[in-house]
Amino acid sequence: MPITYTSGEQVEVYRFSIPVTIGVPLLALFLQAFVPRRLPFFSYFDLPLLVTIYFAMARRNPISGLLTGAVIGLVQDCLGGHAIGLYGIAKTVVGYGASSLGVKLDVENAGARLLVTLGFYLVHGIVYFTVARGLANLTLDWSWGRGILEGLANAVLGVFLYFVLDKFKQRT
Amino acid sequence: MESVLGRYRNLIILMGVLFLQVLGLAVQVKRNSNDAENTRLIRIWAVGAITPLERGLVWAQNSTGNLWHNYIYLRGVRAENRQLKDQIERMHLEQVRLSEDAAQARRLQTLLAFKEQFIAKTVAAQVIGSSASDLSRIVYIDKGEKEGLKRDMAVITANGIVGKVLLVYPSVAQVLLINDQSSGVGALLEKTRLQGVLRGTPNGEIVLERVMSDEQVPVGETVLTSGGDQIFPKGLPVGTITTVGNGKDLFLNVKVKPAADLSKLEEVLVLVEKQDRQATADDSPHVRAADILAQRLPSVPDKPATDAKPAGDSAAENTSPAAATSGEIKPQPKTGGTLDAKPQTGAKPLVPAVGQAAKVAPSSAPKAASSAVGAANEPNPAQIKPVSTPTTPAKAPSTSPAPPDESNPH
Repeated sequence: MPITYTSGEQVEVYRFSIPVTIGVPLLALFLQAFVPRRLPFFSYFDLPLLVTIYFAMARRNPISGLLTGAVIGLVQDCLGGHAIGLYGIAKTVVGYGASSLGVKLDVENAGARLLVTLGFYLVHGIVYFTVARGLANLTLDWSWGRGILEGLANAVLGVFLYFVLDKFKQRT
Repeated sequence: MESVLGRYRNLIILMGVLFLQVLGLAVQVKRNSNDAENTRLIRIWAVGAITPLERGLVWAQNSTGNLWHNYIYLRGVRAENRQLKDQIERMHLEQVRLSEDAAQARRLQTLLAFKEQFIAKTVAAQVIGSSASDLSRIVYIDKGEKEGLKRDMAVITANGIVGKVLLVYPSVAQVLLINDQSSGVGALLEKTRLQGVLRGTPNGEIVLERVMSDEQVPVGETVLTSGGDQIFPKGLPVGTITTVGNGKDLFLNVKVKPAADLSKLEEVLVLVEKQDRQATADDSPHVRAADILAQRLPSVPDKPATDAKPAGDSAAENTSPAAATSGEIKPQPKTGGTLDAKPQTGAKPLVPAVGQAAKVAPSSAPKAASSAVGAANEPNPAQIKPVSTPTTPAKAPSTSPAPPDESNPH
């Protein structure tokens, strides 16, 4: 059983050093902006989202999670050409949800991380799609098949990425 | 009350953060979602945090590549150099031929008082990054305000148009690609001259909108810029039509494959200066293909000058400066000019080359334009008469295009 219910006292809460807290999201944003020009398939991945989910789940603090998501999302918006706030809102919701889930569930193993990442990728896509169409009047096409496939790809990448990022976390 | 706030503290903060972002979004949408100037400051911070890394990495990548290709890996460079020199020679001939056609086209345009947009100045830039989102087709280039870039300048490559400058920062600029859904480019089809508007789709394709369903749009036809958007000069290649289907209402759904590979852009040109000017006839003396060919022919014994002289004299009469500057289209007996310019090659042995010259210099002017000038294109026997052979002048003023024959008669 990959996901186990644990009480608030049983789960480990982690923190990160300031260079990691600032550097990892910046690196994720940089790679997301830089690599797809060289490797077009990389545009299917959403590294800022994976980093948001990871920090939210590791810190297990909803406020910290939603603020992390908001900041990363807003910076991602700034790099694009559309109105600022689309990614901000979507990642705020994901950051809050992932940290709230992290409080209640043990998401330390690979299976749990895979499922959680897939789920939050879809949540992120749906929120973004809704806000972009409803508020920003953008024309977007939503496809469940594509969303799930991309979510799976992101989840697999996320599992490996989370193991790398585990090296930087510190117990409180 | 305090217990309620404490209990739902996280949720209240979430709602507050979301509310602020929705409010900010609503303000932007109300002003104009495409006007990114409203959020310039926050974008400057974000771009300032990310682009230095990108510039550094691109610089390191280029330096390593240059070191390898320019100083270490030089295998086959000599052979390639030889081939390129040969190619330059061939292209030089071709260029001379084309410049003659262009000069003639300019003269015709002068007669018709065409107004053209010329590309006066471009700045080469390197693509250093993208938007970090596959829903926003944007790239960043390593040139900005310092290099004179401004908003709405056209960005092109040698293959075709790329997009326009959306935002300019001190040392970088944001370029909106033509396949972004908020992009729009005035376009026309090369042969059928149908006009439409190119737009990007959410999945990164390009469609030609506003083409009526009763129009015949052939697949494979080239799409050019129409110049109607005041950003791209008229006539730049955009792409080719890949599929044509029925669209909404009375319009066709025409998909276009961009001429420039938008997913693998590396270097681009930004059109920093355009000039609107009246087309003028080029009355400066220019080298003709016949002259180049004549120079390349092996020298042959000179014939008595009596054969060539009358031809040269008559040619001088025909190419009077007044006729050239007035922009009149008069048939010019090019053979006479050739003989006059290169008397050392002799008149009679040059006949095959002269015949060639007449073929090498076809007129590619539009038929409509040719008919517009009317009698000016009619051969004037008085001007054509004094040439070396009776067959050559008949070919020289011909406006029908003939394929260039570059085979050496010797």
